Amino acid sequence: MTTQVRIELPAHLRTLAGVGREVSVEVEGTATLRSAIDALEARYPMLRGTIRDQVTQQRRPFLRFFACQEDLSHDSPDTPLPEAVVSGKEPLIVLGAIAGG
Amino acid sequence: MSSVRVLVGTKKGAFILTADGKRKHWDVSGPHFGGWEMYHLKGSPADPDRLYASQTSGWFGQLIQRSNDGGATWEPVNNKFVYDGIPGTHQWYDGTPHPWEFKRVWHLEPSLTDPDTVYAGVEDGALFRSTDGAQSWQELSGLRKHGTGPRWQPGAGGLCLHTILLDPANPSRIYIAISAAGAFRTDDGGETWKPINRGLHSQYIPDPNAEVGHCVHHIAMHPSRPQVLFMQKHWDVMRSDNGGDTWQEVSGNLPTDFGFAIDVHAHEPETLFVVPIKSDSEHYPIDGKLQVFRSRTGGNEWEPMTKGLPQQNCYVNVLRDAMSVDSLDDCGVYFGTTGGQVYCSADAGDSWDPIVRDLPAVLSVEVQTLR
Repeated sequence: MTTQVRIELPAHLRTLAGVGREVSVEVEGTATLRSAIDALEARYPMLRGTIRDQVTQQRRPFLRFFACQEDLSHDSPDTPLPEAVVSGKEPLIVLGAIAGG
Repeated sequence: MSSVRVLVGTKKGAFILTADGKRKHWDVSGPHFGGWEMYHLKGSPADPDRLYASQTSGWFGQLIQRSNDGGATWEPVNNKFVYDGIPGTHQWYDGTPHPWEFKRVWHLEPSLTDPDTVYAGVEDGALFRSTDGAQSWQELSGLRKHGTGPRWQPGAGGLCLHTILLDPANPSRIYIAISAAGAFRTDDGGETWKPINRGLHSQYIPDPNAEVGHCVHHIAMHPSRPQVLFMQKHWDVMRSDNGGDTWQEVSGNLPTDFGFAIDVHAHEPETLFVVPIKSDSEHYPIDGKLQVFRSRTGGNEWEPMTKGLPQQNCYVNVLRDAMSVDSLDDCGVYFGTTGGQVYCSADAGDSWDPIVRDLPAVLSVEVQTLR
């Protein structure tokens, strides 16, 4: 089973990957945060380490995962993504914090 | 005809400044990687078109970029830096044990002979090497594990390995420096290491003459005399004539011996350049006057070089990797400031001109002499 998941990226990562605001990746099995980001990194290897730490696989502190007006950042990475994301109606949003100088 | 290429890392991107050998008219390329902190860029001595760059961000972590055409185009390469084995702990600011955590690459040092070999100095203090053009990285963990690592403590900027000097006469010898652990040397290509801090005196640590714990800011070497090292310590300008086994202070008549940058004239191994900074609590030049001090005697006797530099209301800093020299017949000296200026002297410091005035804060300056 595969699912097409739409992922919206922050500006710097769009530039790095050479893509537009949103990409679509094919996720094998159940679509979760982990499997969606795994698929994103497989499709765009230059993004490895930019969303999750390379070693710990923890989300970088200044990034958040939003979808369907919900903050999924503190959910288990193995929680299934919302149905609207799985159906392609809504994107999974990788959001950079508005912070810094 | 000879030309120079100046690689400038800033808080918000990289810039490449090029000129012919006269160094009067400059082309400015950039920003490359706009918005990212570019800690350091450096070219391979074996292939000047091969460049490596450290691209980092508080949001997105560390990237390494590589260029095969002198910076016209870039490609991201491997950014996975994994400590060898179980990393253990170093000391935190308060003296408690703190786990080693990779944060960023401060300095990239390409091999003198192989464009695909490059060393990376990282925070938290460790040395990595790639032998495949940065497609993969391996830690030279003998440094971190030689015994004093658990006593290392970060400086104000973090536990950063910021200086890597490759001995051109002895491929097995490498010098590195870490804030605030000190200087270290390997004589077997990175397998084993030892501290080389004898003679350093730091009153801000419990034992001012300790084996490790000194806040070394930068070390410079002339390639013709790799056993002679010049160090800008937190306070004190130091010199070693025996590969770091012992050090002597050569601050001499400097108005302040706090500072970050230090470099050596390309053709005169006893001619040094430093930029004195008022103090560690102020981080700007004395009396608002930006002065490079030059010694033609290997230290101790210093003269201010001010022609072309602002002599009033100047309160910028010059960071540790932000000074470099070219190797044209009239040695060029370059430095960048936290105010975004990059200055060039085409006459070994006698006079200065700004190449650019309004870049983001400059983190690093490296010069390539192209023939």
